[in-house]
This record gives sequence, C-alpha cells and structure tokens, in this order.
Amino acid sequence: MNNNDKLGLLNIDTSFYQTRISSKFQNRKPYQPADPRIILSFIPGTVLEIFIKPGQNVSIGDDLMILDAMKMQNKLKCNMNGKVKSIAVKKGDKVSKGTVLLELE
Amino acid sequence: MPVNKKIRELQEKREKILLGGGEQAIEKQKAMGKRTARERIMALLDENSFNEYDLFVEHDARDFDMDKKSLPSDGVIIGSGTIYGAPVAIFAQDFTVAGGSLGLMHSRKITKIMDHALKMRMPLIGINDSGGARIQEGVNSLAGYGEIFFRNTISSGVIPQLSVILGPCAGGAVYSPALTDFVFVVDKISKMFITGPEVIKTVLGEEISMEELGGARVHSEITGNAHFFALSEEECFDQIKKLITFIPWNNGQKARMFEPVEPNPEYNINTIVPDDPTLPYDVKDVIRAIVDNSDFFEIMQLYAKNIVIGFGRMGGRTTGFVANQPLEMAGVLDVDSSDKAARFIRYCDAFNIPIITLVDLPGYLPGVDQEHAGVIRHGAKVLYAYSEATVPKLTVILRKAYGGGYIAMSSRHLRADFVFAWPSAEIAVMGPEGAANIIFRKEILSSADPDGTRKQKVEEYKTKFANPYVAASRGYVDAVIEPSETRKFLMHSIEVSENKDVHMPNKKHGLPPF
Repeated sequence: MNNNDKLGLLNIDTSFYQTRISSKFQNRKPYQPADPRIILSFIPGTVLEIFIKPGQNVSIGDDLMILDAMKMQNKLKCNMNGKVKSIAVKKGDKVSKGTVLLELE
Repeated sequence: MPVNKKIRELQEKREKILLGGGEQAIEKQKAMGKRTARERIMALLDENSFNEYDLFVEHDARDFDMDKKSLPSDGVIIGSGTIYGAPVAIFAQDFTVAGGSLGLMHSRKITKIMDHALKMRMPLIGINDSGGARIQEGVNSLAGYGEIFFRNTISSGVIPQLSVILGPCAGGAVYSPALTDFVFVVDKISKMFITGPEVIKTVLGEEISMEELGGARVHSEITGNAHFFALSEEECFDQIKKLITFIPWNNGQKARMFEPVEPNPEYNINTIVPDDPTLPYDVKDVIRAIVDNSDFFEIMQLYAKNIVIGFGRMGGRTTGFVANQPLEMAGVLDVDSSDKAARFIRYCDAFNIPIITLVDLPGYLPGVDQEHAGVIRHGAKVLYAYSEATVPKLTVILRKAYGGGYIAMSSRHLRADFVFAWPSAEIAVMGPEGAANIIFRKEILSSADPDGTRKQKVEEYKTKFANPYVAASRGYVDAVIEPSETRKFLMHSIEVSENKDVHMPNKKHGLPPF
C-alpha cells in the first residue's frame, strides 16, 4: 500500500481506524445551536425595506424588514418581545443565505 | 429527370446539410477542443455502421424572423449503429447549428430515436452539446424537453440509457441526463447546471466560473451527477464502448458472455487484507484478485470513495461489485456512499446482473452533518435496494461487519443467496472496544485498574465474538472459506444461480426512500 503519509485516524465507536480522510469530512462545519435573538436571512436576496431602528422596542408579530428574494417580497416578522440591539444591513444590500440581518435582545 | 440525375441531386442535398452550421462554426467548435457532432458519432460507432435518419428535417418556426433562417437537420443528428456489434440508437446535438438549441423539430427527432430504441429494445446514447432551449420557439421548446424526460423515465430499466455531456447542458436540459443510467463527462468540455454563473451573480452577487460551478470534476467528485470522468473525448468514447460490453441490450436479456480469463497472479489474495481491523488496504486489489483477467471497470471512481462500485466478469459473466473501501474514511456508510451503492444495486437488478458484495466496514459515519443531511433515509436506500433485488446476490465478509453495517451490506437477512466469510471476519454488533465499554461498564469503572480491566475485557470480547463462527453457527454465514477459495466459491454460486426465480408480491411499485 502506498500513500501511507496521507492517512489519518477516524474514530468509530471508540476504535481508531487508519484511513484517508475525505476533504468533505475535513471541511464540515461544526454544529452551532440556533440563537433566536439573531435574525439570519433564510434565502439569498435584497433588503427592500427596514421598519425598525436600533434601540426600538419590538413585540411578537411586528414587521422588521422586507427581503426581496426569488421575485417575492418576504416580510420578516418579529419572533420575540424585546428590543432591537443592532441592525447589520442597510436598505438595498444584497445578502446571501445565512447572513446576519439584525440582532434582538 | 433521369435516375442518375436524381441520385446526384440527393448527394448534393446531403453534402450541403452534412456541413452542419458551416465551416466557420466548425472551426469555432474545434477551437474549443471539441469534435463535431458527426465526428463524435463516427468515433463512437463501429466503422460504417451508422444509419442516419431525419437528415432533411427542418424547423417551421415563424416568430422573430425564424422563417428566414435555415437550420440544417435542426441542430441534431439521429440514427442507429453498432458498438462492437451491439445495436445502439444515438442522437448527437450539433452545437454548430444555432448552438445546438432545442426547438420543436429538434426535440421530435430526439424523441423519434428514443421511441425507436425502446421499441427495438436497444441501448440509447445521447450526446449533449447545446445552449439550451431555443427561446424563439417559446413553449414549444419546453414541450420538447418534457417529451424527452417522459421517455427517459418510461424507458428507465427497460433499455440502457447513456448520456454523454460534450459541451454545455444547462437549465432544464440537465434533467434528461439525470434521468438516465450513466452520465459521461469530459474535463474542461462538460458543463452542467440549473442556473448559470450569470444568474447567480445577478441574484446573489456570488462570482463563480462555469468550470467551478458545474464542470466535469465538480459532477464527478462533489455532486455525484456523473458516473465516468475522462480527460479527452477519445478517452470518454473508450469508456462508453467498454461499458457497452458489460451490459445487456435490454432488461429481457443477460449481458454477453466472454471467454473466462484467470486473474493476474500478482494480486495475492492471501496477503492483501491486514489482520488488524483498524489498518487500511485497497479493496480494489481484492476485486482484481477475484475477477476475470483482473479487469475491474469502476463506476463513480471519484465520488464517495468509501464505497467502490463497478463491473467485472466471473467466468465470462458480467457481475456487479459493491465493496466497502477501508482505505477511504474507513469504508463507512454515509449519505453519499449509500446513494451511490443503492442506485448501482438497482441498476444491476434491473438488467439481470448478479451482485457480489465485499464487506469490511465499521458502521455508519457519526456526526451532526450526517444526521441532519438525512443519513437515516439515505442509508435506508441500501437496505431497500438489496432487499428488493432478485438477481443472484453473493456476499463475502472479508473482515469487519459491525452493527447496522453488517445488516445493510447484503446480509442473509436481506436475502443474500450465498454468504461467505473469511477466517478474518468479525461479525458482531459493534467493534470490540465499543462493545466491551458498554457490556463491562460497571466492572471497568469499579476496577482498581480500569485501563487494565478494559483491555482484558476487550480481549475477552474479541476472542468470543470477533470471528465468523458465531454467525456461521446460526447459518447466517453459509461457509467460512480461505481467501484463496473465494473465486472458486463465487464462480460456482453464480453458475448455480443462473436460473434463480424469485417472485415478489404484486404491487404497482414500492416506495423506496427517495
């Protein structure tokens, strides 16, 4: 067998196997639990309208912004009672999926 | 008009059309490193075997000044011929004519040859090289694609369908190849995507080249859309020709028999697999030690390398191989390898090809990404495919067969016809370390020397359970054999399975975990 130098160790049920480790496995993203206070874009699109300001009190169901994506105007509504801590985007910004739009507290 | 004049008239008409999009367009095609559609057909088929149909077909679009445009053969060549004497129906899109765009008549030519292939029960080869829908023909163009997809689906599992991507294949067009059995791609020539770089840039602001988005390497290594990767069109055609020798013409036949040739003795089957189950080796060497002439034709070589699939011959008969690859990711089952194996198992089953499964895996890959990617439903495809398959199923357990992995890899319980195990086989509910930690947990924790006790218990478990004899005592393994006896046992099993006849309960169709 050649390429011994490229072998790594893979732990399956506490046994360590000598084997090549795929780049997909090496590059996988470590899991992070979702934080309900951080609002992320759920789809790539453009910020069309922002209805709130930092420091403003908000409650469940309030309109936060409109994200224009796939020819649809998606209204983002507030999911908790609290305050707007910060807004990370401005009107007209193009955002990819998973971008932080704003933070509540 | 005298007959010879009429014949000359035909010759002249032909010559004009045979130039396709004209010399300039042909030059452009060559500059991209591509052959013309006609050259491709000639390179692929047996010499002088090609019969062309619908040479004189023309479009009848009227809008957008299309009535003033003449498109020779409407940008696609269809016909039939042979490869090593096997009949094949073929179409090749001609990029030199309106960019190989698909209009109504273009699509009707393709569906004509598809209908022909299905009716005559012969393989269909589609060479794709097209800019996409012919926008001027509007919804007629969409109708054309739909008619092709429908036929791809209806012919699936009846005749072999091969797609060769030798240029762009974008938008809706990608779904015809995706519905066929095997997709061939060539480095720097093939490009497949639903939405191209332009749209992605406009909508998302992400910049990516065609090659990085949907080039041959991407589809061979990352997406799993392609089954064969080649560096040149020539190599690609050799792969197609070789594949044709391994598969039957239709689902009512078996693949052609070849003269059996003994494997190359340089593959010494007794020394390939290390005894320590945590050490790697290349399972393809085991396959080469077993198959005729050591000739193993691998499929999806670059994708989910932790499982190996492909064709070889046993005593001259085509056989499908599915093998865990300890060299890559310890040979685990995961989302991608499950998809890869399950589809191949179903291919073999549809086309009367016996399946040999070589087992050496520690189980399933742990991880949040795997669980969230649906390893449950993807992994279930392997169970479904093996259980459902009624072709002869032969299993050789080389070394580890732990837990769910043991069940999934064509075990007796999923109706393998023959299960053999090497003396190095370890058929157990999990690896000795993991099992001892659970079973003897209390003893290990309460021991004055936990590490010593753990080691001792692991050894105890190994001696008692990490062998093939517990499974053999239950009849789950039919025979424990020496590695050097493997070919003999497998050849005999395939021979006696020649007339295998199993009937499934009546149903419209099952519900595999798509």
